[in-house]
Amino acid sequence: MTLYGIPLLLALVSTSIAADPVIVASKRFTESYVLAEIATRSLRTDGLPAEHRQGMGGTIILWEALRTGQIGVYAEYTGTIAEEILKDPELVSPDAIRAELLKSGVGMSGELGFNNTYALVMRRELAERLGIRRISDLRQHPQLKFGLTHEFLNRRDGWAPLSARYGLATSEIRGIDHGIGYEALRSGATDIKDAYSTDAKIAEHDLVALEDDLHFFPQYKAVFLYRLSLPPDGVSALRRLEGTLDEGRMIRLNAEAERTKDYSRAADLYFTGATDGATRHTPEPLSHKLLRWTARHLQLAGISLLLAVVVGVPLGILASRGGAFGHTILAVTGVVQTIPSLALLALLVPLPFFGISARTAIAALFLYGLLPIVRNTASGLQDIAQPIRESAIALGLTPAARLRKIYLPMASRTILAGIKTSAVINVGTATLAALIGAGGLGEPIISGLNLNDHATILQGAIPAAVLALLVQWSFDLLDRLLIPKGLRI
Amino acid sequence: MDALVQLDGVSKSFGAATAVHSLDLSFATGKTTALIGPSGCGKSTLLRLIVGLLQPNTGQVKFRDAAVTSENISQLRRGIGYVIQDGGLFPHLTARDNVLLMARQLGRPEDECRMRVEELCALTRFPLDALQRYPVELSGGQRQRVSLMRALALAPELLLLDEPLGALDPLVRAALQKDLKLIFQQLQQTAILVTHDLAEAAYLSDHIVLLNDGRVVQQGTLADLRDRPASAFVSEFLRAQRSLTLT
Repeated sequence: MTLYGIPLLLALVSTSIAADPVIVASKRFTESYVLAEIATRSLRTDGLPAEHRQGMGGTIILWEALRTGQIGVYAEYTGTIAEEILKDPELVSPDAIRAELLKSGVGMSGELGFNNTYALVMRRELAERLGIRRISDLRQHPQLKFGLTHEFLNRRDGWAPLSARYGLATSEIRGIDHGIGYEALRSGATDIKDAYSTDAKIAEHDLVALEDDLHFFPQYKAVFLYRLSLPPDGVSALRRLEGTLDEGRMIRLNAEAERTKDYSRAADLYFTGATDGATRHTPEPLSHKLLRWTARHLQLAGISLLLAVVVGVPLGILASRGGAFGHTILAVTGVVQTIPSLALLALLVPLPFFGISARTAIAALFLYGLLPIVRNTASGLQDIAQPIRESAIALGLTPAARLRKIYLPMASRTILAGIKTSAVINVGTATLAALIGAGGLGEPIISGLNLNDHATILQGAIPAAVLALLVQWSFDLLDRLLIPKGLRI
Repeated sequence: MDALVQLDGVSKSFGAATAVHSLDLSFATGKTTALIGPSGCGKSTLLRLIVGLLQPNTGQVKFRDAAVTSENISQLRRGIGYVIQDGGLFPHLTARDNVLLMARQLGRPEDECRMRVEELCALTRFPLDALQRYPVELSGGQRQRVSLMRALALAPELLLLDEPLGALDPLVRAALQKDLKLIFQQLQQTAILVTHDLAEAAYLSDHIVLLNDGRVVQQGTLADLRDRPASAFVSEFLRAQRSLTLT
């Protein structure tokens, strides 16, 4: 009967999130954030409610979300569309691409102006010392260390075909986050990384982009992809942006976003040309943001914990009775725990009910929270000595009364310990919710990682750590309230 | 003399081991019967069969001439008090709450409950001011008194005691034996006492049933067993017990 409550709770959560506005999504790098912010402003200017869901993931997650209608708009690159989404590198003309996308109910705007192709970059000083200008020059230097993004390592137009085309043999390749990759390059931990040609960091870190002398990289012209259900006003708001961003302008906008650590400043710059604070956008104060992130974080961790208790305790009671059924319950909840949290999120996203939403984050956290509660409930009940059980039976208590009056109170300490473990795990793991756009304290951590900005990372990391301590502490208080005195003497 | 509890051809085995062999026994209303015998003779198993913690493989347990079934067992248990060696008290409840658990569960008014506890304290000579204590805060003897109060709380027709004094030191044990005898007399309580101590059985009971290997060897008063032993085992068991009490 308790199980009926779950869809209801999830529905409650999702109504507070899912909404009428057009959801504009971005991938996890600066340019994508900036373009999404610009699209959001443009839609709003035309009177359409729009919301920017930041840094929701990579190409495949955003494409799936767009295809299934969970988001309305995002910025993409023609090369990526042909290679990764349509998986047909022969598609080059915009009309051919547009016709293919139509089959998935997706429209494509015209080109925004710039070509953000992939590039391999290295420190200028090192390149000059070794006399490297072109990618084919790398053949003479197999000792160089590569630190490549995970996406580039796995793309069809990424590292594997690139190294095959150029005949590169290298001893050391590491997968590394994009933002952190620049830091690794600067410190000399790596020598070469993949980058986008409009990346402001290339100039900032005094890097050079190596010439693609064999013309391996396809064209990556920026466009907006949108649901065909987007109202005509929305389409025209997006199309107005076509041809307005050349490479120089895009690099300046990216640089502005990274300089100010604020993507919306770049959008201000696009619309007004102003770089000072006297623009129509006032940044949200930090205290506000902290409050919003923390509240969301607690909401995610709290609802998932509640569900885990409501489901986990009855499952634990069933499991405590042993037998094949009991063992199955413990085995299944145990297996769930071994799935890495990122993988669990990725597995849930394509499922119909879930997608890119807080619902998915809550479901994943709920599954993680289950095992400690189920296992502790089961073992707490199994630990009750036989004479106590027989005394309860011989008194004439009904099975329900035995459970409620005797067994559960006696197992309360162990059960609460399980709930406490789940709560701490949930508060920690909830930071990953930001990866699928569900918000929480993971939001500043992830955008900080993308900006390689420690201050922003700490804005999420410190409150998350404090929260975990507070949870621990409040459960210690709860122990005193909930564990019967006779068991504490 | 009518029987409150009757066993008709009851047998019970655990795997290959037979604990009780097709046993016929009856327990008279208002009397105290002691089940005695060496360890593993089946005396505790018998008690657990009566209170329904175990189901017989063959035969029937009858309570007031009606067969005990899974339907009526919960009801019947409320008419049976059961005391075990280490008390089996619930550690998360105070002495008072342990005693009143079932009465409250049945919705008895709080006034009545309070009066009943006071009566029981007087009967078992348990200090009123210790009622608020938890089991861990009580001595072994006090715990057994609470367990006895809990068993007597609903004024059961039948009281089952499984080695109730087995874990107590000799002085406490002697005091409790005396109190138990008074309680049995005062309440005219039908009781079945499992013990391995012949002196305790003789002191507390009207009737002794000597068991060995799951069978009744002989039953009667201590004098019957002593003067007319049914087999060599009876004389041997009595002699061994006597030498133990003398040393």
